[in-house]
Amino acid sequence: MSEHYYNSKDLAKFGQVADFQKELGEKFFAYYGEVFKDSELTAREKSLIALAVAHAVQCPYCIDAYSSDAFEKGWSEAQMMEAVHVACAIRGGASLVHGVQMMNKVKEIAM
Amino acid sequence: MLKSLKAQHSILADSQEQIEIIEHGETGDFALVPFQQKLEQSNLYPFKPNQIEIFQVNIGKMCNQTCGHCHVDAGPDRKEIMTKETMQQCLDALRNNEQFKIIDLTGGAPEMNPDFRWFVEEIKNLNRHVIVRCNLTIILANKKYHDLPQFYKQHHIEIVASLPFYTKNRTDRQRGDGVFEDSIKALQMLNEVGYGKEGSGLLLNLVYNPAGAFLPPSQASLEAEYKKALIKEYGIVFNNLFAITNLPISRFLDYLLTSGNYESYMEKLVNAYNSDAAANVMCRNTISIGWDGYLYDCDFNQMLELKVNSNSKHISGFNINELNKRDIIIGQHCYGCTAGAGSSCGGAVV
Repeated sequence: MSEHYYNSKDLAKFGQVADFQKELGEKFFAYYGEVFKDSELTAREKSLIALAVAHAVQCPYCIDAYSSDAFEKGWSEAQMMEAVHVACAIRGGASLVHGVQMMNKVKEIAM
Repeated sequence: MLKSLKAQHSILADSQEQIEIIEHGETGDFALVPFQQKLEQSNLYPFKPNQIEIFQVNIGKMCNQTCGHCHVDAGPDRKEIMTKETMQQCLDALRNNEQFKIIDLTGGAPEMNPDFRWFVEEIKNLNRHVIVRCNLTIILANKKYHDLPQFYKQHHIEIVASLPFYTKNRTDRQRGDGVFEDSIKALQMLNEVGYGKEGSGLLLNLVYNPAGAFLPPSQASLEAEYKKALIKEYGIVFNNLFAITNLPISRFLDYLLTSGNYESYMEKLVNAYNSDAAANVMCRNTISIGWDGYLYDCDFNQMLELKVNSNSKHISGFNINELNKRDIIIGQHCYGCTAGAGSSCGGAVV
């Protein structure tokens, strides 16, 4: 198969989404830029959060972008992997906690 | 320890080969926006010097380390060092040109030049501010260098010391096994004589280089991280952190090519072009002198053997009026100094 839904070169074209809807696109990128500035959290801390979230939402573009960004901002490989584990734990936990719902239902219907 | 590219007989030891690759890529068909075009769009072309005030002297390629990113291709196997006669010509030029207030000594490890201390003392006799770019490990490399902190203090030298990161892993990956531990010991020795301490007047600045194919982060936030980590783990203090971008020259070019990162790194540099940074790059206020006395726009052009475009090409015929009139020689490698917040020997420029 020579074509893929995901192409790493498309990441650089992200800004072009504004070509089809300028106003919303520009608002999004202005907002995005504001979010990642140093504020109550540092840009460095936000980068690590973004890396974890990128894994939670399984976005290959975001994983590429924030693996580079977090490493550039000085997070170590071990720190970055711990962040991925946090995403994994939340995702796993999100499934597992529904086990309580399953238990509730089973208890409701079981003799 | 690694051998220099020259000792390995690498094609990249040839500056012309390097320039070909930097301009056109490894296969000859890699085309990016020419740097000249970017300068034209920024109304900066032809590229001229401003007031030249920094006199940067590379006194030799000899070094006790062979770092993976070194644009000088320095190392223990490099024997090219400045002679005392050429140093004397530098002193004559300084005596005749008082606008040079800052004398920046670099290498290699400048301390390995046997006339280094004499040269420093003579420059200080001319009442100029001296910066030494110290790799730190040289202080521990041999007993004869152990007193360098006292020597620096005695002559009130500003130290700009390489410490690419505050962790062992990243530092040793770039600079060689054991470099981090020796660098920490050397920094503690410098602190002991007062360097980096408030009120001492002894400046100790550190240099961060990315350990890979990426750009430096914000200099200010990285400085805060360095300060926090170094004081907590090792009790080390320093003044400023300079975040420097690696230019695609010599051993860093070799790394980019062999790791398959060359094209993406160059694209990153070009995409991060900043016209404010271009207006403030170091080649506009610096003149760079090579170990053999030839003059260059910067240390990078020096390593590519791109001599100044001026009638005054050698320290023996140093003529500031001629040099002020010259056009600075540019190439695709210049994108390294204009990316993001810019990069110079003093770190970010905007």
